[in-house]
Amino acid sequence: MADDNDWTRPRAMAIPEEGYLTSSPGRYGPTFPKTPACHGFTIIAKIKPGAETEIREYGKTLETAVGKTPDVLAPLQLHYLRWVLFDIGADTYFMYQGIFDTDFDKYTEDAVALFSATGITTIFTKLEGFPEDWKTNAPAFIRFVRDHQQPSFLEYGEYPFVTAREIKKALRMREAFTSMLDESQ
Amino acid sequence: MTRPMPDGLELDDIQHFLVARTPALAARYEFLHFDSAAAGKTWLTGLIDKVGTATSVGTDSPDARWVTIAFTWNGLRAIGVDDASLATFPDEFRQGMAARAVMLGITGKAHPDTWDGGLASPELHAIVILFARDVPERERAERAHAQYLSDIGGIQRLSFLDLEALPPYREPREHFGYLDRLTHPTIEGGEAPTPGSVTAVKAGEFFLGYPDATGGTPPMPQPETLARNGSYLAYVRIQEHVGVFRDFLRANGGETREGQELIAAKMMGRWRSGAPLVLAPEVDDPALGSDLQRTNDFNYAKMDPHGYGCPVSAHIRRMNPRDTVDNVERHQLVRRGGTYGPFLPEDAPDDGVDRGIAAFMGCASLVRQFEFAMNVWANDPSFNGLENQRDPIAGTQDGTFDFTIPKRPVRQRLTGLPAFTTIRGGAYFFLPGIRAMRFLASTAAAAAA
Ligand code: HEM
Repeated sequence: MADDNDWTRPRAMAIPEEGYLTSSPGRYGPTFPKTPACHGFTIIAKIKPGAETEIREYGKTLETAVGKTPDVLAPLQLHYLRWVLFDIGADTYFMYQGIFDTDFDKYTEDAVALFSATGITTIFTKLEGFPEDWKTNAPAFIRFVRDHQQPSFLEYGEYPFVTAREIKKALRMREAFTSMLDESQ
Repeated sequence: MTRPMPDGLELDDIQHFLVARTPALAARYEFLHFDSAAAGKTWLTGLIDKVGTATSVGTDSPDARWVTIAFTWNGLRAIGVDDASLATFPDEFRQGMAARAVMLGITGKAHPDTWDGGLASPELHAIVILFARDVPERERAERAHAQYLSDIGGIQRLSFLDLEALPPYREPREHFGYLDRLTHPTIEGGEAPTPGSVTAVKAGEFFLGYPDATGGTPPMPQPETLARNGSYLAYVRIQEHVGVFRDFLRANGGETREGQELIAAKMMGRWRSGAPLVLAPEVDDPALGSDLQRTNDFNYAKMDPHGYGCPVSAHIRRMNPRDTVDNVERHQLVRRGGTYGPFLPEDAPDDGVDRGIAAFMGCASLVRQFEFAMNVWANDPSFNGLENQRDPIAGTQDGTFDFTIPKRPVRQRLTGLPAFTTIRGGAYFFLPGIRAMRFLASTAAAAAA
């Protein structure tokens, strides 16, 4: 069998309905596996009536925060985040998808602290069922996230299992190499 | 022992256990079962006044023994706490350590199926922790407790453990020979942290009913009388395989004593004298090790980012990564306990006798503090950018993980680390305040009757 971590070989992984192949317990419940598309989550929740404008405006707030402090989200070891609003019938839903390099269960309280510090939680407070006392009640916050997590049934990676750290290292080396070539001309 | 106490804490209502360290050289833990709520209440009623409070122990107390009482979730139920109240305790406490063992890394030879003394059983209701100045005093107190149990009846002793400090007694050593108790978290408004230690944390990180690092006061179990001024204790009895440890040093440290000591130091992050590798990377410095003003005066991110002094996987760098992780103040533990079993003389072959550490980790949240320390800091193989490594001292080892010692020009990789330690038992306890114990002894009783 080929090396499981071979980044040159694109891979797809089908995932059973529970969200994992073999159950590996975390502090807050079963943990989700690392797939060829890294770790990730997809959180889907209904928004409170009339909150749509506020949620959309929040996009600008986070853009500014990251502009000011580019490494503000670094602790999450992210590749990508996607924020989507969509309608089903008369209701509006919010979808938050993240792709990152850590097992979310392990750093989940750190993420809660970061969400609070950057105001990402202001969006969560516009979602139905989000705990009122989220500020001091991390377990309730985490339960909300887990209850609204929708595991993938298929994930694909063109360059599987590569971490953001490794990608940045490779890009830095390419940069150093290019400037070396430029200088030696 | 007089030391500044944090203001705002109700010290006369808090058991002394997590606030003040006592000058004990011996201890006994008794694991108890209540035949009925009434028996539990009778037992508790007769003991409450013997429990030292943070106030009574914090002043220059002439005491020779110190009593602490704590309950499992099953114990709270057995003594008559009603279902509505029981449901307000956190899931991890309700489930107990045995049920959460796999996540904690307590697997293989350490699996709860192998535990004895009733620790993995729902029959375990309470623990009484007796610390004593010396062995004769422990024996006196232990006889008094045995007499008390036989007088009142209705309480079963499932098991017990005797603990004694190791020679030469001047200072706290554990069986591998390391100096211990050099580091402890401090609470805002109380004793100042020693230079370089984690800044003082909010009282709510250890005691229920007070603001914690979030700035607010987290929700408490109900009723408040039962929860306020309480804490959680994670108990673990960890066997130390001294022969395996010493053989490993000999096999990997080369011919010389210095080489072997260096391997021991790299795995702990401190020389056996206590001297931290960040400050003493090449040679031991015993005077530095035991000097509490200097022995913590270092960081990792700036002073040793690559681990050339202290490897990233060393025990103290994992259990308190200081400035190399986020929110370190949210994962602090108050450590209490001691050593059990006889000291294995240097150069003696392993005699197979059970010896180790039996410790309590005190906190306000088992899942965020103790379980995080075990699941992430001790056992995450990719902790802080590492690969296939676990804490060599406190992590679960089965011969498949490595330990890397960063070095120039090339790192040294020790592959297939054996288990130097094995967890032999454990449990989660709630350590109530004094008022809460009076409540358990009376009101809750009435409700259950
Ligand atoms: C047999 C097993 C263990 C041994 C022999 C051991 C020994 C030691 C020693 C010698 C120190 C250095 C002294 C000090 O900093 O006070 C230390 C530090 C520490 N240990 Fe352990 N330990 C063991 C298990 C554990 C476990 C299971 C935990 C927690 C779940 C733990 C948590 C800590 C912490 C938090 C520190 C302080 C690190 C710092 O602040 O720099 N240890 N341990």
